[in-house]
Amino acid sequence: MKRFLERNAWTAGLAGFLLLLLLATKLIQPDFGASGLDSLARSALPFALVTVGMAIVVIAGGIDLSVAAMMAVASVTAAVLMDGATDAQSAFAILAVLVLGLAMGALNGALIVVTRVPDIVVTLAMLFVWQGVALLILNAPGGGAAPWLRALVVGGVTLPGLPPAVTDWLPRGFLFLAIVVAVIWLPVRRSKLGLMLYAVGSDPQAAFRSGVPVGPVRIAAYALCGLFAALGGLTVTMATGIGEPIPGPYLLASVAAVVLGGVVLGGGRGTILGPILAVIVLRTVRLDLTLMSVDPNVAAIVEGMIMVAVVMFGAVLATRGRKT
Amino acid sequence: MTMTTTDAPLARLGRLMVDQPLIPLTLILLALIAALAILNPAILSLFWVSNTLKIAIPLAMLAACQTLTMLTGGIDLSVGTAATIAAYVTATATPLIGAPSAIGIAMGCALLIGVVNGIGVAFARVHPLIMTLGTGLIATGCLLVYQRSVISTGTIYPEILVWLGTGRTAGLPNGLFLFIPFAALILWAQRRTGFGRLLYAIGSNEAAARLSGVRVWQIHLALYSLSGGIAGLSGLLYLGMVKTASLSLALPLDLPSVAAAVIGGTSIFGGRGGYGGTILGALILTVLATMLTLLQMPEGGRRILYGAIILLVTALYIRITDRS
Repeated sequence: MKRFLERNAWTAGLAGFLLLLLLATKLIQPDFGASGLDSLARSALPFALVTVGMAIVVIAGGIDLSVAAMMAVASVTAAVLMDGATDAQSAFAILAVLVLGLAMGALNGALIVVTRVPDIVVTLAMLFVWQGVALLILNAPGGGAAPWLRALVVGGVTLPGLPPAVTDWLPRGFLFLAIVVAVIWLPVRRSKLGLMLYAVGSDPQAAFRSGVPVGPVRIAAYALCGLFAALGGLTVTMATGIGEPIPGPYLLASVAAVVLGGVVLGGGRGTILGPILAVIVLRTVRLDLTLMSVDPNVAAIVEGMIMVAVVMFGAVLATRGRKT
Repeated sequence: MTMTTTDAPLARLGRLMVDQPLIPLTLILLALIAALAILNPAILSLFWVSNTLKIAIPLAMLAACQTLTMLTGGIDLSVGTAATIAAYVTATATPLIGAPSAIGIAMGCALLIGVVNGIGVAFARVHPLIMTLGTGLIATGCLLVYQRSVISTGTIYPEILVWLGTGRTAGLPNGLFLFIPFAALILWAQRRTGFGRLLYAIGSNEAAARLSGVRVWQIHLALYSLSGGIAGLSGLLYLGMVKTASLSLALPLDLPSVAAAVIGGTSIFGGRGGYGGTILGALILTVLATMLTLLQMPEGGRRILYGAIILLVTALYIRITDRS
């Protein structure tokens, strides 16, 4: 009960901090409004999706270093398949990319379970493999995306019965994120698989002795991670209209957001909501730096330092936790 | 249990590979050269040998960073960035302040990256992979900021570096004048000094090393600083070799440097391996790269191959050590 309260306190604290940050943004830039919120949602969307994937794997007691490379593979595959395709064909392309994401993640997990090589080494090797695959599919940024996909994540929500002035304040990017997480993660969390993910993460041996199929559960965790990474890569293509074969700094950002979101590296504890809030916090910090007209390269340095500091802090906490 | 009789020769071969990696590695190298000779008989000459050595030297030096950090169970993914920064700073600062001070500043920057890595690994106990990835990201941001401030100064490549990088003495590259003492020093340090033995001790069992009175944090701090320094040195040599100051100069060497150490028989989990194997690993990779160029394999294919090699060798290693 106490742990439950503590966990929620952390998430609530993050939400409060986010509100403060948004207020600060409003002070820095008095014009900040619906359009600012929309661009924040658009920039946060790929980060948030990949962080959800990473959080699932970390909860199950692993780590996946290949998330950014899998995003790149999904992004270029989507862009190549959708280049010049009709709307119906694009829908199939998206389905194909999502299946590809599941397959990539499942392959990562299967290699970890079968070869018994530690996850960090396997996913490091797979990071290179997926990078290579992305480059083979598309050597330079290119391809295309169906226009109706862009409409899914850009702009405000239109709801019948509410004036646009109200609905503009809810960016479609956030709605997309909420729907995706609700459709994929919530059923898993409520099912037996969700419980088993947490069980394997907190103590694989105890889980094994209570009859949890540890290997398949870990493969499922990595497959879910691959699915969310593919969704993240897909949103990159959706928002920009092109496929990007060189992955951005998504790996470090997702690890930092997972730690900041209160998921313990080592597994078994944490929620999905915390990391999502943490992503939005990190993106808002970046937005504020941009609004204060800080040189984008300096902003990148500051952002990197914040992420490293968060990860260091998380590691210190994890070490303390192990000792006591 | 019937496995033991049928597998005895294989297990013995495996033990041989683990205990004496130099013998099978030399055989692999010779086999690759033979395959190359079959593919293109005209290629083999003293000039080709000298050229291969020249290309292999910076790779072997960067792989020294990976070998030393891997002996403790770590890894250093910031070496490519550190080498690039050292090279870029040297080339752009030489017109302003002269070669000796430029080289001094450049080495200082590379060392600083190493020290920050060391602090993160030694005190905050962040996983080296995440820590070095983060410092690499921050350092790249700093390099971009620096680049804007020196955009007009032009570049000069110090004479001594060009001589080391491109010159030849008696048909062999001058880089050997730097590399042979360097390799001798590393080989001597890993075998005969307390520091070298402590690396193995921490890698085999960190808790045991700690309990026998080793101050693990000192070793980590010194190790990652040394790694940064070596990376800076190889960046300088690489600058003399390619004579272009680009922002992504040594970054393509990151992945092969890990692969070279893994191929050379250094265990990514620590405690086993050594620099002798790594040198052969670097040579094998260089010959392999020539072969891939002859076969016109694209960049993506190479990355896949390198990733697959790392995964395969590590999985084999686990199988072999499990059985013996």
